[in-house]
Amino acid sequence: MKKRGLFLRKALNNATAACAFLATCAGVVFLFWILYTVISMGVTGLSWSFLIEPTKPYGIPDGGIANAVIGTFLITMGAVAIAVPTGMLGGIYLAEFSNKSRLGKTIRFSANVMMGMPSILVGLFVYTLIVIPTGKFSGFAGSIALAIIMFPVVLRTTEDMLSMVPNTLRESALALGIPRWKATLALLFREVRSGLVTGVLLAVARVSGETAPLLFTALWSDSWPAGYFTQPTANLTVTINEYATNSPYDEMHIRAWGAALLVTAAILVLNICCRTIFREKKS
Amino acid sequence: MKSSFKHKSSKAEALFVKLTTGCAIIIIALMAGFFLQLLWHSLPALKAFGVQFLFSAAWDPVRDLYGAAGAVYGTLVTTLIALCIAVPLSFIIALFLVELAPPWLATVMGHALDLLAAIPSIIYGMWGLFILIPIMQNYVQPFIGSTLHLKCLPFFSGEPSGSGYLTGGLILALMILPFICAVMRDVFKMVPRVVKEAAYGIGCTTTEVSFKITLRYGLQGMLGAVFLGLGRAVGETMALLYVIGNAPEVSKSLFAPGTTIAATLANNFAEADGLFKSSLFELGLILLIITFLIQVAAQLWLNRVREKSGGGL
Repeated sequence: MKKRGLFLRKALNNATAACAFLATCAGVVFLFWILYTVISMGVTGLSWSFLIEPTKPYGIPDGGIANAVIGTFLITMGAVAIAVPTGMLGGIYLAEFSNKSRLGKTIRFSANVMMGMPSILVGLFVYTLIVIPTGKFSGFAGSIALAIIMFPVVLRTTEDMLSMVPNTLRESALALGIPRWKATLALLFREVRSGLVTGVLLAVARVSGETAPLLFTALWSDSWPAGYFTQPTANLTVTINEYATNSPYDEMHIRAWGAALLVTAAILVLNICCRTIFREKKS
Repeated sequence: MKSSFKHKSSKAEALFVKLTTGCAIIIIALMAGFFLQLLWHSLPALKAFGVQFLFSAAWDPVRDLYGAAGAVYGTLVTTLIALCIAVPLSFIIALFLVELAPPWLATVMGHALDLLAAIPSIIYGMWGLFILIPIMQNYVQPFIGSTLHLKCLPFFSGEPSGSGYLTGGLILALMILPFICAVMRDVFKMVPRVVKEAAYGIGCTTTEVSFKITLRYGLQGMLGAVFLGLGRAVGETMALLYVIGNAPEVSKSLFAPGTTIAATLANNFAEADGLFKSSLFELGLILLIITFLIQVAAQLWLNRVREKSGGGL
C-alpha cells in the first residue's frame, strides 16, 4: 500500500469534513431558499378576500381561491375515505394472516412497487378507468387517483406497525377466548394507534400536494365544488398550475404564489406535527 | 348455546379473513390493471407506428406522426444528471450526519433534509420557473459557456436559455436527494461498530474509514438507494414540466430545451385526440415499463442485501 504522510492524511480528512459540512449546509440552504421564496411571494397575494372568494373566470385577475381550498379538501377526504379502510384491512392480512405465504409475499412486493409508481401514471390509469367510460371529469375521479397513491402506503404502514406488536399480546387475547378479528381491531389497533395515525397523516400530506394525477381527473373549474361526482372540481394544485404557467399576468402569478403558500404551509405543518408527536410517543 | 356461539364466531372469523385478503389482493389487481388499461388504449398507436415509435424523433400533430425518442432521451438525460449530482452529494451528507456532526446538529439538519422531501413537486416547479431559470440564464450558463470557454463542447453549445436538460436535472437532483440520503444514512449506521473501531484502532482517519470501510461494506445498500432515487426521478412530472422547455427534440446540448415522457403527457393530454392521444398512452406505457423494471430491480436487490446483512436496512 502507498505510504502517505500523516500531515497529508490529516489535511485530507479535514478537507473532507469541511466538504461534508458545506454539502449538508447546501441542502438545508436550498430548503430555506425555497421556503423563503414561497413565503415572500405568497404573502403579497394573501388577503381576506383571496381566502373567502371563489376563482373568477379566466382572464379576470381578481378573485380568490376559496372554492379550490374546499375542492382540495373534498378530494383529499374522499381519497382518505377510500384508501384508509381498505389499506388497513389489507395491512391486517399481511401482518396477521399471510404467514409468509406466497400470496403474502407477492402482495408485499406489489405494494412496494406501487409505492414507487409515478403519480402521473396513476392519473392516466384513472382517466381510462373512470373519465373515458363516464365521459366526465370529476372530483370523485381525483379522489380515486389519490386513493390509489395512498393505498399501498397505508397498507405497508399498517403491516409494519402491527408486526411490531409482541406476540404475547395476541396470545393473551386469544387465550381469553376473544376471536381473532376482535383482538386485532380492539386490542392490536389500540396498541399501534399513534403510529398508524402518523402514517396516515403523512400519506395525506403527500397526496394533498399532488398535481399530476388531478390534471387527468379532477381538472379545474372556477365555480364552487358542487358537482363533486359529476363535474370538474376546483383544487389548489391545478389552480396553481393554471395561474403560474397559462397566464401572462403578474397579478395571476401572485395569486399562484398565494395558493402555493397555503399548500406548502399546510403540508409542512402536518409533517412537523407528525414527526414531533411520533417522536414523543416513541421515547 | 355454547356450540352455536362458537359457530357464529368462526363464521365472523372466516369472513374477516376473507375481507382482509380481498382488500390486500386489490393491490395486485391494480398493478395488472395499469398494464392492461395502458396497453389497450395505446393499441392504435402500436398498430400505426410499430417498433419505429421508440426510435423516431418525429412529433407532428398536423401530419399525425409521433415518436418517443425525444421524450425518452430527455427522461434519461435529466435522470442521469440528477443521479450524478445527488448520489455523491447524499453520500457526503450522510457521512457528515452520521460520523461527524454532533447529535443535536445531525438531528436538526436531518429533519430539515427530510422536509425537503415533503415539499410538493409543483412548488419545486414554480421555484425553478421563477427563481432558478433566471439564475441559470444570466449567471450559470454564461459562466460555463463563455467564462470557462466550454462552448466548443457539444454539451454546452447554444444560447443560454435558462430552461432545458441541465436545469431540469438540477431540480430533479434536489428532489431525490432526501430519499437517497435517507437510505445512505441507514447504510452508514449498518456498518458494525467493531469493524469501524478496528479501523480507527490501526490509526485510520474518519475519511479513510468512510471511503475504505463504509463505502465497501455498504456498497450494495447504496446501489439500492440509487435505484430508489432513479425510480423517483424517472416519473417526476410537475417540477420538470416548468423548467424543461417542452420541445420534443433530441439535442446534444444540455442548455437546449427538451422534454420528458411525464412532461409530454402533462403538457399535451388536454388537447390530444385520436392517434395523438393513443401515442400519449403509449408513452405512458413506456414510462410504466421503465419504472416497473427499476422498482422490481430495486426491491429484489434490497431484499437480497437485507437477507445478507440480517435486517437493519
